[in-house]
Amino acid sequence: MQQDGLILELQNGNQKAFERIYELYSESIYGIIYSILRDEKIAEEILQDVFLKIWNNSSSYNSDKGRFFTWILNIARNASIDHIRSKAHKNNQKNLTSDNFVDILESRSNFSGKADAIGIKKYINVLKPVCKKLIDLLFFKGYTQKETAEELDMPLGTVKTRNRACINKLREMLAE
Amino acid sequence: MDIKEYISSGILELYVYGALTEAESREVSRVLKEHPEVRKEVEEIENALQKLSISVAPSYNAEAILARIKQKLGKKADHKVIPLESDKGHNWVSYFGWAATILLLVGLFFVFEERNNLREQLTSEKANAAKLEQQIADAREDAEKTEELLAVLRDKNVSKVPLQGQNAAPGAYAAVYWNKQEKKAYIDAKELPEPPRGKVYQVWSLKLEPLTPTSIGLLDEFELDDNKIFTLENANESQAFGITLEPEGGSEAPTMEQLYVLGAVAAAP
Repeated sequence: MQQDGLILELQNGNQKAFERIYELYSESIYGIIYSILRDEKIAEEILQDVFLKIWNNSSSYNSDKGRFFTWILNIARNASIDHIRSKAHKNNQKNLTSDNFVDILESRSNFSGKADAIGIKKYINVLKPVCKKLIDLLFFKGYTQKETAEELDMPLGTVKTRNRACINKLREMLAE
Repeated sequence: MDIKEYISSGILELYVYGALTEAESREVSRVLKEHPEVRKEVEEIENALQKLSISVAPSYNAEAILARIKQKLGKKADHKVIPLESDKGHNWVSYFGWAATILLLVGLFFVFEERNNLREQLTSEKANAAKLEQQIADAREDAEKTEELLAVLRDKNVSKVPLQGQNAAPGAYAAVYWNKQEKKAYIDAKELPEPPRGKVYQVWSLKLEPLTPTSIGLLDEFELDDNKIFTLENANESQAFGITLEPEGGSEAPTMEQLYVLGAVAAAP
């Protein structure tokens, strides 16, 4: 849940508010970064950078433009993609066998304690392949609706309605 | 707007992803602020997505990473926070701000006043300059006329015919400088009284035997002409010139009772 008062405090430079924001979002942001970079150490570094950016640029967040979660999601994806494009990453590249978030769920066992990842893993596999694709592109990789439509060769409107059905399914599973 | 339909369209999921254009996102933000059920839906979507991304996060030491972030934060926070938290400083900044604003306004007012004064001054200077220009032009015109007159007087083909005052105006005097070749008569009317309102001087060329007057023109705008020199066409074989006072517009024949001046042309040498 977005706490507007907390965001305002953050924007006023309140460090306690920042710590609370970190508590609320760091784990999911770490998940996003990790899904892109696939390296725990590097993902941790990028996580630090992302939260420093949140602190330093908090005044540029405007609720008229979108959700606070979306704002930090963008910062996290951009920072991760910037790292992939950087020289350091190219020199350090590994062969990645997994290629979306589902693979991470399937291939790893050291999940973060807070989420019942094993439970989710079980449910995720129930999702249709197209749902896995849509959620991977739109949520984890930050594709726009248009880019997703092109990538999956799907009409724009279909991206919207299918994705809605997929998220509904996910919500049902999480509510169980 | 049908809110249920709006929610089920799938736009809110794209909104949380950040997959919409900026304009579309702004529109959703607006709807979200107006409709609590939309806000609730967005929060639920966000919640599900947060759980999903948390599920792919490897285990990590959140506290240790936060501590490292806070170390870097502290340095930056110092510059950022002090001006905001220091109330005294804040107020002083505010007072100085107001004082500066008032000074600026007063200054602007004076500048504005000064500008208006300068503009007025400039306008009157411009008017003066225009007046002087006119005077120079007039003087130049006068000088040209004078030169022209001198040329007329010096022209060997010009003969001067003095016209003496008659019964109607014994003190009056005028002269005609007649250039017979160019068929021009210059009337010097300096010594004629100003004509009464509604009257005008008319110049006549006369032949004496028998007495035949021919009008050669009116001394129009008499009072406005400074040097009182009038140029008229005269193609006649004049033997004398006379000037009468006539009703405005002139007359066919001279009114002899109002004959002001009269003079005969000297016989050619």
